[in-house]
Amino acid sequence: MTDQTTKESIKNTFSVGRGNEEGARMFRDWFKLLDETAEEGRGAAYVFVMGSMAEVLRVFDLPVVFPEINSLQTAVRRVAHEYLNEAEDYGYSPDICGYVKADVAVQLGGGHHPMGRIPRPALAVLTNACNTYIKWGEIWERMYRIPVFTLDVPGTRAAGAQTWPGDPDFESDRAYVAGQIKELIALCEEVTGKRFDIDRLREALSHANTMSRGWKQVIELNRSRPSLFNALTDGTIYLGVSNGFRGTAEGAGYFEELVEEMSYKAARGIGTLTDEKYRLVFVGVPCYPIFRRFNEMFAEWGGTFVNSTYLWFAAGGANLGFEYDLSEPLESLAEGTLISVRDAMDSMFYQDRALIEMIDPFHIDGIVYHPIKSCRTVSTGLADNRRALRQSRDIPSLFIESDMMDRRVVSEAQLKNRVDAFFEGLASRRVMAERRE
Amino acid sequence: MKPVVFDEWRNKTIEEVLYECREMLEDASFPTVRRWREGGGLVVGHFQVAFPEEIVHAAGLLPVKVRGAQVEAVQADSRFGSYLCSIIKTSLELALSGRLELEMFVTHPICDAARNLAAVWGRNFDYPCQILYLPQNANSGYAAAYLRGEYDRLKRSVEAIADAEITDEALRRSIAVYNENRRLIRDLYAIKRELPWLVSADEAYALVAVGGLIPREEHNELLKAALPMISNRDARPQDRVRVVFEGGFCEQPPLDFIRAISRSCYVVDDDLLIGLRWIIEDVTEEGDPLMNLARAYLEKSSYSPVQHDLRKPKEKMLLFRLRASKAEAAIITAAKMCEPGLEEQVAYTRALDAEGIPYFVGEFEENMTSFDHMEIQLETFVENILFS
Repeated sequence: MTDQTTKESIKNTFSVGRGNEEGARMFRDWFKLLDETAEEGRGAAYVFVMGSMAEVLRVFDLPVVFPEINSLQTAVRRVAHEYLNEAEDYGYSPDICGYVKADVAVQLGGGHHPMGRIPRPALAVLTNACNTYIKWGEIWERMYRIPVFTLDVPGTRAAGAQTWPGDPDFESDRAYVAGQIKELIALCEEVTGKRFDIDRLREALSHANTMSRGWKQVIELNRSRPSLFNALTDGTIYLGVSNGFRGTAEGAGYFEELVEEMSYKAARGIGTLTDEKYRLVFVGVPCYPIFRRFNEMFAEWGGTFVNSTYLWFAAGGANLGFEYDLSEPLESLAEGTLISVRDAMDSMFYQDRALIEMIDPFHIDGIVYHPIKSCRTVSTGLADNRRALRQSRDIPSLFIESDMMDRRVVSEAQLKNRVDAFFEGLASRRVMAERRE
Repeated sequence: MKPVVFDEWRNKTIEEVLYECREMLEDASFPTVRRWREGGGLVVGHFQVAFPEEIVHAAGLLPVKVRGAQVEAVQADSRFGSYLCSIIKTSLELALSGRLELEMFVTHPICDAARNLAAVWGRNFDYPCQILYLPQNANSGYAAAYLRGEYDRLKRSVEAIADAEITDEALRRSIAVYNENRRLIRDLYAIKRELPWLVSADEAYALVAVGGLIPREEHNELLKAALPMISNRDARPQDRVRVVFEGGFCEQPPLDFIRAISRSCYVVDDDLLIGLRWIIEDVTEEGDPLMNLARAYLEKSSYSPVQHDLRKPKEKMLLFRLRASKAEAAIITAAKMCEPGLEEQVAYTRALDAEGIPYFVGEFEENMTSFDHMEIQLETFVENILFS
């Protein structure tokens, strides 16, 4: 059976779980394409999940490589330690981002990766949403002497101080982002030898609009009880598609169908767990070295993650559902990039407000904070965030530290201990509440 | 009338002046800030690395460099996770413990940890806490105009604190004060490079660092008094290796750490508190002061692992610094858990390997108290160079 027939078959029979199956297939196809690109000796655009600028890169037919996704795949496939060791042998400290180190090892190994070969970069586009992106780009700059473009997207200056179109400070930021996008387009023309086609940009923006709209709907649909998908496990598959296929017809179609699937489940009360007892929010980056087991620790108690800040920031702020104005593609792209990437940053630094606002509509029983050694962007403020949240709302929370890549700092037994205690607390709290009633 | 906040050094010998600077620097109760506040003054704290102090100065406020301290993070520890550099924790501790009282706090997107500070600080204090988004795309043709706008936004925030307008004329006067300060610090570094036996690394460091705690006019007076006394010191060259020290751009090593290095090396250049020396030429005093400051940040500036500029690959800049100071070797350090510093170490050491320049690699923490091990290793490194 060809891939196309398989796809048609899935479409026609409409099965619950289609999003996961289709997502996995698209993921494999994407890596197959990357493998072919590498084998043909062609370069790709290296980008990041927060501000990939895929909309622009599609215009120039540049395959996109997300080194963050490549790296996390090594952890999910339980071989990250091999890559980390190689990078550390090269000179990188155990105390820096594991994603960076795994990628360094992939590059040193000629692009060899558990999912296929990764092509070399022809250029790299990175935003400042994570400072490590910038340091990472410098590594490729040194390795390959390729152009590295830093798209600087100013973030929120203080809690609650976001500015919006019409405000002079917003317009100053927008002019800066718009100017840089023009510079990026000129660079892409130079690297690929292709002329910029604004109609193709419109097409990519239109697909991105469909995807963003769908992403926002999917997240909101998970207010359903029982929850329709697990934000930690299923959500990571959706995230992969949202990043790898942003600006494409396939990606847009996927999210239209995902909305359809989730609406179907919501209408029929089909949940992700058969017996959902506790609805949780996950704050941080998943524990990829024991990805499945980590989730099981919660699922065994009837806990499921109905939302996650990861679904917000790792989608580059697509959760906002910002839709570009196709009549003014460049201006709107600047505005959308600014607002969405800023929101992605807010989801890491100022997420306490968003968490408080979601407790009631999502019927949240508890919040799980998972700071990790590898990522200071996401992790630095989490303890204080939790402290502030507890002052605002009486809601149980769990604070567990591990890593997204490095199994040396992942203690499964210790994690389980903490998770069990958390659920025992939740159970007691529920009993007490029932007695009071 | 602005109060004088640091006058312990006046009418003293150079050894006594340096002693007073060290004492002031290591006093985590921030006496100069306290005195300023007792005189009715307002204070803006800004985190490492570079900050346009001129804007705060022009409003008549005291800009204070927030650079951590050798204190225990008793309260701040619970606000952060485990895997973090010390300066982030101790800086917040200074505020939480009441040692450092501010009217405003500003951080920068220098690293993943520091950019969290505006949010963390803001959740703990009622006064304005914000991030100054210095441009990370220094190569964009739009960066200067953007930065001018960002400085204007900062200016409005400071005006709100000061409850007074900051005029262009006041800004120009402040730029002139800071230009003089930068010239004096360059003079001090010229002595370090040309006649390093006249001033040790820790002495020079104390003289520069105290500038982050006092009004810049006072710092200018201090430097104008100290520099001639240093030049007139009766000291002779010794058999030490000329080195460049890298890794002190944000978290600062303890003074004793720098002193330990000075016992076997002449530190002829460094990146310690590079933010105080970020701008390497005079800022133009005529014309639009905010645009002049923005252009100086982008065009007349030093380098550090926390600024990305395609024109200034860090390893090439390090080689330039080594050659310009006629250094024989480099000390490549990073603060523990400092991601940009640790990442840069790889690029630095590979470039030094390629050039055949000897280097010593290490890590430090602002709260470390034992230096014997590092000193023995460094002495061995130095002996290898001296006797090879």
